[in-house]
Amino acid sequence: MTLNSKIPEGPLEKKWSNHKFNMKLVNPANRRKYKIIVVGTGLAGASAAASLGELGYNVHSFCYHESPRRAHSIAAQGGINAPKNYSNDGDSIYRLFYDTIKGGDYRAREANVHRLAEVSGNIIDQCVAQGVPFARDYAGYLDNRSFGGAQVARTFYARGQTGQQLLLGAYSALNRQIDAGTVKFYDRHEMLDLVVVDGKARGIVTRNLINGKIESYTADVVVLATGGYANVFYLSTNAKASNATAIWRAHKRGALFGNPCYTQIHPTCIPVSGDHQSKLTLMSESLRNDGRVWVPKKKGDDRQANQIPENERDYYLERLYPSFGNLVPRDVASRRAKDMCDHGFGVGASKMAVYLDFADAIKRLGREAIFEKYGNLLDMYKQITGEDPYQVPMRIYPAVHYTMGGLWVDYNLMSSIPGLFVLGEANFSDHGANRLGASALMQGLGDGYFIAPYTISDYLASNKFSPVDANGGEFKAAENSVTASVNKLLSINGSKTVDEFHREYGKVMWDYVGMGRNKAGLQKALKLLPEIRSRFWKDVKITGNALDINTELEKAQRVADFMELGELIAIDALHREESCGGHFREEHQTEEGEAKRNDKKFSYVAAWEYTGKTGNPKLNKEKLEFESVHPSQRSYK
Amino acid sequence: MSLTGLFLTIFLIEHLIGNLLVLLQDGGAAFETYSEFLTSNPYAYLPLRFVEAILFASIILHAWSGFTVWLKNKRARLTKYKEYGIAENTKFASRWTAGTALLVFLFLVIHLKAFFWNIRLSGEHVSGYTIAHQTFSNPYYTWFYVFSFIVLGYHLYHGFQSAFQTLGLKTKKYSTLIETIAVVFWCIIPLGFALIPIYILFHPTTLALAK
Amino acid sequence: MKLTLKVWRQKDRNDEGRFVEYIANEVSPDMSFLEMLDVVNTDLVKKGETPIVFDHDCREGICGSCGMMINGRAHGPGKGIATCQLHMRSFSDGDQIVIEPWRSTAFPVLKDLMVDRTSFDRIMRAGGYTSAKTGGIPDGNSILVPKPVADEAFDAAACIGCGACVAACPNSSAMLFVSAKVSQLALLPQGKAERVERVTRMIAQMDEEKFGSCSNTYACEAECPKQISVTHIARLNREFVAAQF
Repeated sequence: MTLNSKIPEGPLEKKWSNHKFNMKLVNPANRRKYKIIVVGTGLAGASAAASLGELGYNVHSFCYHESPRRAHSIAAQGGINAPKNYSNDGDSIYRLFYDTIKGGDYRAREANVHRLAEVSGNIIDQCVAQGVPFARDYAGYLDNRSFGGAQVARTFYARGQTGQQLLLGAYSALNRQIDAGTVKFYDRHEMLDLVVVDGKARGIVTRNLINGKIESYTADVVVLATGGYANVFYLSTNAKASNATAIWRAHKRGALFGNPCYTQIHPTCIPVSGDHQSKLTLMSESLRNDGRVWVPKKKGDDRQANQIPENERDYYLERLYPSFGNLVPRDVASRRAKDMCDHGFGVGASKMAVYLDFADAIKRLGREAIFEKYGNLLDMYKQITGEDPYQVPMRIYPAVHYTMGGLWVDYNLMSSIPGLFVLGEANFSDHGANRLGASALMQGLGDGYFIAPYTISDYLASNKFSPVDANGGEFKAAENSVTASVNKLLSINGSKTVDEFHREYGKVMWDYVGMGRNKAGLQKALKLLPEIRSRFWKDVKITGNALDINTELEKAQRVADFMELGELIAIDALHREESCGGHFREEHQTEEGEAKRNDKKFSYVAAWEYTGKTGNPKLNKEKLEFESVHPSQRSYK
Repeated sequence: MSLTGLFLTIFLIEHLIGNLLVLLQDGGAAFETYSEFLTSNPYAYLPLRFVEAILFASIILHAWSGFTVWLKNKRARLTKYKEYGIAENTKFASRWTAGTALLVFLFLVIHLKAFFWNIRLSGEHVSGYTIAHQTFSNPYYTWFYVFSFIVLGYHLYHGFQSAFQTLGLKTKKYSTLIETIAVVFWCIIPLGFALIPIYILFHPTTLALAK
Repeated sequence: MKLTLKVWRQKDRNDEGRFVEYIANEVSPDMSFLEMLDVVNTDLVKKGETPIVFDHDCREGICGSCGMMINGRAHGPGKGIATCQLHMRSFSDGDQIVIEPWRSTAFPVLKDLMVDRTSFDRIMRAGGYTSAKTGGIPDGNSILVPKPVADEAFDAAACIGCGACVAACPNSSAMLFVSAKVSQLALLPQGKAERVERVTRMIAQMDEEKFGSCSNTYACEAECPKQISVTHIARLNREFVAAQF
């Protein structure tokens, strides 16, 4: 397959405005005739559905939750970037573009990233108009703070709940359109297949999660904004229901999957407390500003932290990185913590954690000052672990929390299936191999409010659509295959629960396809993963029936798809013989242990094609061209 | 409800001040003057009857809206909780508003029968002062009144703050003030009312003096 | 720890429902309440029974999906937390725990502990927004909102829509939920243009959904996982009164 990224001609900063002018428009009177399905109601999905509805299209919005407001965008904490230069510190669209490209370790498209930087300012204005209560100063002006990977203060925030406030803003815009009748909303409907008619995406098949009915919906355009796939690791900071089913089934219908191995691991999460653990909780990495990371010098030291004398502690980040100390970048901090635990220096009951100690900071600044800065985070930690971080060091461990990979899309955010648009975390664009903090919210809303509405109009105006019938052959075939897979899952009646399989699969993914990857480990994973999958299909036990609320069945569908996607991640990680951003191949590192890229061989997007058989994908490459910035070795020294 | 409630509260204050005249050691002269003014002053007659009509209308409206809200709220939860820890989160007065309302209503009926009926509608010319003394020398009456005033206190304690909240006037700035005044309604006003029957019960001779 | 659970089981909307007793063995104090239910469910599935259905998702107290009455308290014992943030160390060995769904006419039970809260969405659709169109918006700093006002608006906007206020209220009133949105937009300049229509429509929709009336017991504030203050209800009332003139 030849990949056409459709990047417009012209200088970088003119590409988007030129393209907007060149795109075709749909007459306002005709828009009602076009039907658009939007799957997912997070930042990207809700903003797209609202904006398209407002333009006058006939929009149908689907989500598997009871309400659009439950989407996992709600859990984002930190903030959203925009180069408004309110801080007068020299920020500009170009600087945000540059930081993002560099942060992504030169594995993203220049044109996409520049466009994102261009629209990011509008996002802030839009959200303000919706009534998002951004942090303000006493004079009433918007407040900014600085964030990782940037030297300017360009992050807008609403306490530690920025994602919540932005999502509620998009939710209110969506509500306004539902109220106006331009958007029809379907709650508790899970998309289980994409229907392609004559080579174009023309509808979806869903399962009604209340009564189990398998239903078809036709459309002229299908938009997927269904989020990332970090739950393939079982334990992640994603919500329990976050899944890859929509994008994976679209992939199996022909959409290419871009850079699946790019996953981001966050260093400061609350560690696993036992086998019962169902998910992980992130703690803002700002804690490393004042906390010191250490492990005991002695392997398997079982003493309480406070009983280990100073000279028997290894402040390993300060030892290994004297200049950056505890403030090394996310990926380095994560990998070092794993190293320490792998070598037997881990702490806590599970031995899979390191200490983050505030004792020195409390001594130096006083308890009050620490409370002022980190009070809510330390409270959250106490709530979950039952330990008081003012008294004993916190235990932390890295966890998966974002996936940069996703369905391949061109500059118009259209996948390799015409008429299938993919927005937000579900697509692969913009973040390259590593996402900077406060960029995910920016991308989701940028795609939904300011990019997709234009490019979808262009697609609609440029194509002719013959009518399709929800009772037609393609739809019936898709319904039948969904029904068959539901019935198959229910008929197995084996001995292990879905969660048990998911946990086992996630452990292999984490151990061999997680933070540190190597050839032997990946090859081992590629032996283990298919074996677990085949056991799953023989031995999973799901009770209840198909025509009812059946949460085990819902999970089983999602886990079945993760069990195919996991293999693709491992294949992609094995093929990418370099380290870049979140993808760390132990064979490819600098002497200091940093990621070592191989631009000659791997400066491309790996877009994988489904060939009809899991574990046997076909690689397509989209070469990355850098005209404006020159890829260099990232250095944190 | 809030408006009628507040209006009734204002009436209560007036009623209490007037009633306290009974306690003056003047053989009922001041109270009789006050009574006369309320019932027979030719200039005040029409306006007072008008206010009286509003007062009765308020009582009925207050009770009726209370009843409809109560009914609506019952319908809003048809299946009860097996375990319901509402007592851990709320104040007695606010949980039992409907209950205290019912008791206050019962009291009102008895009170109107004993006083309003006898003074105004029975056709005989009896003074309120006399009736008060006759009634409250009966300890059953006295203690029933005292009990009712305690109930009324709880009703007012919740109702007073509640009215300001419902009218949207209980802002952060004024909430302490409103809560302090609510305490006045909770104890001082009921206490004032209760003083009269208790005093009379323990000083039966004052009636003899009046004769 | 060993615990006895009395859990409300109800097949569907029309089923009468009943309490079923389960024994949860080997409960670790580090488990969250939902993880404890996960363990019970694993046992149920292995025995061939249907697991206890409950809504949940983010498990960090922000999505608002989870919510159940635990020993008579919305989201269980503890202040300012959702059910997913409740940990088993709040209980002792041998305890009996009664678990019920939110009970309100406006939140019909769908199955077991899962209720239908779409009534909340319908209230939000009745004007719980500013009519800002996508695009064509002036710079964010063209609207000034002093910090104390922005902070108070944020306090209201922190609502996660879990329904604990309704569940805890003796009247099943949704006033705290509605007030959180009305108050947020009443405080901000952006919301002022549509304030009359907003409060009128949202209150009408709330009544239509058969929520009860507020009798100012403040049980809602006590159980709100985001500790939203009832002063927002006062502001809602003020908006409503003002809308009548």
